[in-house]
Amino acid sequence: MIPGSFAYHRPTSVKEAVSLLAQWGDDGRALAGGHSLIPMMKLRLAMPAHLVDLAGISELKGVQADGNDVVIGAMVTQHELVASELLTAKVPLLRETSLQVADPQVRYVGTIGGNVANGDPGNDMPAVMMCLGASYHVTGQGGESRIAARDFYQGAYFTALETGNVLTAVRIPVPPAGHGYAYEKLKRKIGDYATAAAAVVLTMAGGKVATCSIGLTNVAETPLWAEEAAHILVGSTLDAATVKKAVAAAEAITAPATDARGPAHYRTKMAGVMLTRALARASSRARG
Amino acid sequence: MAKSQVSMKVNGQLIEALVEPRTLLIHFLRDQQNITGPHIGCETSHCGACTVDLDGKSVKSCTVFTVQANGADIRTIEGMANADGTLHALQEGFREMHGLQCGFCTPGMIVRAWRLLQENSSPSEEEIRFGIAGNLCRCTGYQNIVKAIQFAAAKLNGVPFQEAAE
Repeated sequence: MIPGSFAYHRPTSVKEAVSLLAQWGDDGRALAGGHSLIPMMKLRLAMPAHLVDLAGISELKGVQADGNDVVIGAMVTQHELVASELLTAKVPLLRETSLQVADPQVRYVGTIGGNVANGDPGNDMPAVMMCLGASYHVTGQGGESRIAARDFYQGAYFTALETGNVLTAVRIPVPPAGHGYAYEKLKRKIGDYATAAAAVVLTMAGGKVATCSIGLTNVAETPLWAEEAAHILVGSTLDAATVKKAVAAAEAITAPATDARGPAHYRTKMAGVMLTRALARASSRARG
Repeated sequence: MAKSQVSMKVNGQLIEALVEPRTLLIHFLRDQQNITGPHIGCETSHCGACTVDLDGKSVKSCTVFTVQANGADIRTIEGMANADGTLHALQEGFREMHGLQCGFCTPGMIVRAWRLLQENSSPSEEEIRFGIAGNLCRCTGYQNIVKAIQFAAAKLNGVPFQEAAE
């Protein structure tokens, strides 16, 4: 399988990358780790005439604490994310999720920026970012802006990232100390996309849920933020009746496709099962 | 389409060449450099038969453009034997523990296991299985591959290899 021809560019700054991409409009694509784009190019589902490789841009690497946020450069790989002590201490949900992404070889190369920017509903990080309330730094010719993850995803492979713009970093507000978290993913085998998956971050106070946020992966055209389900849980002790009600609310917003991973109604039910498990594990990890 | 000049080290040897940007690293190694240890199994980033070590990372060379590897330091199965020509402990382990049957996945398995042992010199069985999850084998059922890697780890650590009871 051989991709179509393209011209290869390797800028050394975001500014240069943005100005290269601006020249070609829809004929240009940014290349991050390439583990979504290159397979698409091999199938000729993507045929960019110009590829702008972001690998030579040092400002896109690194993980930094910035006030109460952590900022992850777009070209940080899943492997680096797993190894980051800062992230493991501050936002352990990321490491837990990364370890469930693809396989070791893909994690060495696949990037956080590519994972969230591609708009593939099968990717794991977008729902996690919605759950965490993350935002994306985006640079275009007009300068830098920030887009909330919860506003970013519009359809399968359609996002708020405009042609010619580059997603440069992911900004995550650090959840409170003592928070509980979990990413529960049902998949047929290692390396597979989720049949359904659920991300949960919650805090407890006096045995009751004080705050809760829920993201769902691969059960609709976009990742989902299950706002209503989380709202139902706040103030509860996560008793069975309330969890059941919240799970029903989460299932109600899913609209999965019937595919090789199972019929739609099965995948909806599995989203509920993953959410139930994620809530149990997150609360067992929470203090307070 | 204009070709790009690339240079990289493969198994310690400097290679310079002109390539089309769309040339995948696996095709460059096999078809242009006659380095045929890395195999093409699925060509869709699933099977891991094309795994090479690139700048300290195990990568599937079917999903990397050669131009992305410009300046890289690459190791394939051809560069695995010891300098005196004797087998590397991993190669010996695969032979001693019958870690292969048809052998098609073996170059990728060994190159991947090599990086795994660089990062974790005494992996548990679970860590080995998780660490080679990106390499598929359709013959062995993995049991003897795991043993081969345990054999190599023991040998490299200078401790006797003890086969777990089955």
